[in-house]
Amino acid sequence: MKKVNVEKNAAEFIYQDDIHVTEHDKNLWNARQKRDTAAAQIPEWEELRNLASAIKEHTLTHLDQYLEQFVTNAEKRGIKVHFANDAAEHNAIAYEILSSHRVKNIIKSKSMLQEECGMTPFLEEKGIGVLETDLGERIQQLSEQIPSHIVMPAIHQTKEDIAKLFAEKIGTDPNNTDPASLNTAMRNNARPKFLLADAGMTGGNFAIAETGTFVVCTNEGNADLTASLPPLHIASIGIEKILPKAEDLGVFIRILSRSALGTPATQYTSHFTGPREGAEMHIILTDNGRSKRLAMDEFWKSLKCIRCGACMNTCPVYRRSSGLAYGATYSGPIGIIIDPTFDAKKYSELPFHSSLCGSCSEVCPVHINIAEQIMDWRKVMMKNKEVDFSRRMAFKAVGVMLGHPKLFRAVEKVAYNAINILPEAITENKTLDPWAAHRKLPDVKKETFREWYIKNRKNNEQ
Amino acid sequence: MKVALFVPCYIDLIYPEVAIATLELLEKYNIEVIVPLNQTCCGQPTANEGDQENSAKIEKAFAENFQDLDVDYIVGPAGSCVKQIRQHFDAIPQTEKVTAMRAKTIELVQFFTDVLKITDFSNISFPHTIAIHNSCSSIRGLHITSRSEWMEPRYNKTEELLNSIKDITIKHIDRPDECCGFGGTFCVTDEAVSAKMGQDKVSDYVRNGIEYVVSPDMSCLMHQKGVSDKEKTNLKFLHVAQILNNGPF
Ligand code: SF4
Repeated sequence: MKKVNVEKNAAEFIYQDDIHVTEHDKNLWNARQKRDTAAAQIPEWEELRNLASAIKEHTLTHLDQYLEQFVTNAEKRGIKVHFANDAAEHNAIAYEILSSHRVKNIIKSKSMLQEECGMTPFLEEKGIGVLETDLGERIQQLSEQIPSHIVMPAIHQTKEDIAKLFAEKIGTDPNNTDPASLNTAMRNNARPKFLLADAGMTGGNFAIAETGTFVVCTNEGNADLTASLPPLHIASIGIEKILPKAEDLGVFIRILSRSALGTPATQYTSHFTGPREGAEMHIILTDNGRSKRLAMDEFWKSLKCIRCGACMNTCPVYRRSSGLAYGATYSGPIGIIIDPTFDAKKYSELPFHSSLCGSCSEVCPVHINIAEQIMDWRKVMMKNKEVDFSRRMAFKAVGVMLGHPKLFRAVEKVAYNAINILPEAITENKTLDPWAAHRKLPDVKKETFREWYIKNRKNNEQ
Repeated sequence: MKVALFVPCYIDLIYPEVAIATLELLEKYNIEVIVPLNQTCCGQPTANEGDQENSAKIEKAFAENFQDLDVDYIVGPAGSCVKQIRQHFDAIPQTEKVTAMRAKTIELVQFFTDVLKITDFSNISFPHTIAIHNSCSSIRGLHITSRSEWMEPRYNKTEELLNSIKDITIKHIDRPDECCGFGGTFCVTDEAVSAKMGQDKVSDYVRNGIEYVVSPDMSCLMHQKGVSDKEKTNLKFLHVAQILNNGPF
C-alpha cells in the first residue's frame, strides 16, 4: 500500500483558498468551546471522566467474560449474534444475511465500523443499493468521499460546497446556501426512499453485557428509522463497545455528547433489546484487529475510545488539515494512534503529523494518553525504518552533533556564519529551507551565552 | 541556595540575552549559580522524532554535565526542555543519579512561584500591553497554568509573576492556550500546517492590540517571531526573565 503523504494533503487543504481552512478551524473550535461550557456546568465532570476511564479499562481487561455474557443475553432476547474476525468476514456475513432475505436496497445510519470494513462499496459491488440516512454521511456519499470527521462527516465542506453538490445531485437552487432549507431538501429527497428499503443497518455505541441491549446515539433520529422501517435490522458492533451494566451507561451518555458537540445528550439515545414482532435483528460482533491491539502494551488503551471526536475538535493540526488529509477511516489524533494498527506502512507518516501539543490527551473523556501514544508510534516507525532515509540521517547528524560539545560549538559558529552570510534570497528559498517560506530566520548573535559567560563570570567557571 | 543553570542550545546560540537575564535574576536573589560549560541540549529534537538511538547520545552528554553537581536545583528558562528532562529523557539507563538529576530540574517561573515563593516584582516597571504565551509543554506538561480542557481551579503562574510588574497591561487573547505550531522539528517537516498555526497565533495578538508577547519558552517565540516579522507586524517578543530582570532586551 502506498504511504499516505499527510503533510502534502494538509498543505493542499490549506492552500486551496482562504475559506475552507478558516471555516473548518472556526467550526471545530466552536465545538471545543461548547464542550468546555457544557463540561463546566457539571460539577462532577472530572469524576465522570475518571469513572468512564475506569469502567472501560475494567471491561477491556475482562473482555472475554463480558462478551460471553452479552451474547447469551442478546440471544435470549431473540437477537441473532454473529462473530466476524476481520473486515472481510464482517462484509461476508452482512451480505449473507441480506441475500438470504433477498434484499435489494438497504438504508444505513452512521457506523464507523462499517466504514472501517469498507462495507458500502462491497455491498454495492454485489448489486445491493446503499443509502446513508445521516445527513453528513449522505453528503459524503454523494461527494464520493470518506467521512472526514467521526461525528461531523462533512465538516470540511462549506455551505456553498453543499449547495453546489445538492444542486447537481438533487436539483436544488445552487445559490440557496441556507442550511435549514438544504437539510429539508435532502430530507424530502431521501425519506421516500427510506420506505423502499428491505433492510436497515446501524452501528452501536454501547452494548450492555448484563441485559444484551445495544444503544445507538444519533441527533437526527435516523438510526430509529433505519432500525424500525424495514423488517430486518443488522447492527455492526466492535467488540470494544461492551459495558458491563446498564447503570454504567449513564456515565457515558453524560459525557459523550457533551464532549462531542457540547450538548447535554444526543437527541436520540435508542436502546435495542430484541426484534419487534415479525421482524429480525442481527448483530455482527466484529474484531478486525481489536484483540491484536488489546495485546499491545503501549496502544491497548486506544480501545477505550467512545468516538466522541473531541480530540479532533481540539487538535490544532487536524483543524488545519481536514480529516481527508489522513487518508484513513479515522483521522485526527485518534486516527494517528489507531490507523497504524491496520496498516503500519501505509499510515507510517501519520504519527509525525502532530505538534505534540497534548490537548487531545487532556480533552479525552476516557483519558486516553493519545499524545504519549503518538510519541510511541514515532519510536516504532523510526525503529521499523518507516521514516524517510534523509530524515533519519538528519537526526543522526543532530544526535552526533549534540552528543559532542566540541562539535556543537563548531557547528554553532557555522550556523552563525551561514545565516549571516547568505543573502535572504537564498536562505528564504522554500526548496532549500522549509523554515523560511513563511518565517524570517532568527538573528544569530555574534556572541553566544557561553562566550559571554567566560568573559564576564570567569571565576565561576566549571 | 545553589543551582545549576541549564541553558538550552538554541538559547545559547540565538537568545544569549535570555540566559544572561536568567543568570542575573537568580544572582539578584542571592542564589549561587554554576554554569556547566560543556552542556549542549536536552535531546528533545531527536526524542520528539522517536529517535531513541540518537537521543541516547545527547542524554548521555547532558547527564555528564549535570548529574554529579552538588546543587539543589537545575534551573532552565525553557518549559519544553525542562519537560523533556522531567518527563521523557528515557533513552539512557535510569540510574539513581539520572533520576535524581531529572527530579531536581525545574523551569524558571515555577522555581520562583513554587520554590523561592517570590512573586512580587513591583520594583520593575514595564508600561506596555502584553500577552502571555505559555507553551504547550509548560501548560500540559509542567502545569504552569491550569488546563482549559480540565474543569479545575484556574491559575496561571507566569501571570502571577508578571501581574506584580508596575504599569503592565496583561491581555488575554482569544485562544491563549492554542498551540502556535512550533512543535520542534514539526515546524520544518510539516511546514504548511505549522506556518498556518503561527499565522493564526500572530493574528490573534494583532487583533487584541498586543505590543509584546511574553513567554517562559523562547522556542515557540522563535517561530512566532519568524512568522510575525515575515508578516511585518510590530509585535515584539520577550522571555519572561527579561522582564523580571529588566533586561537585557
Ligand atoms: S480518543 Fe478520546 S477524545 Fe478522541 S474520539 Fe476517542 S474518546 Fe473521544
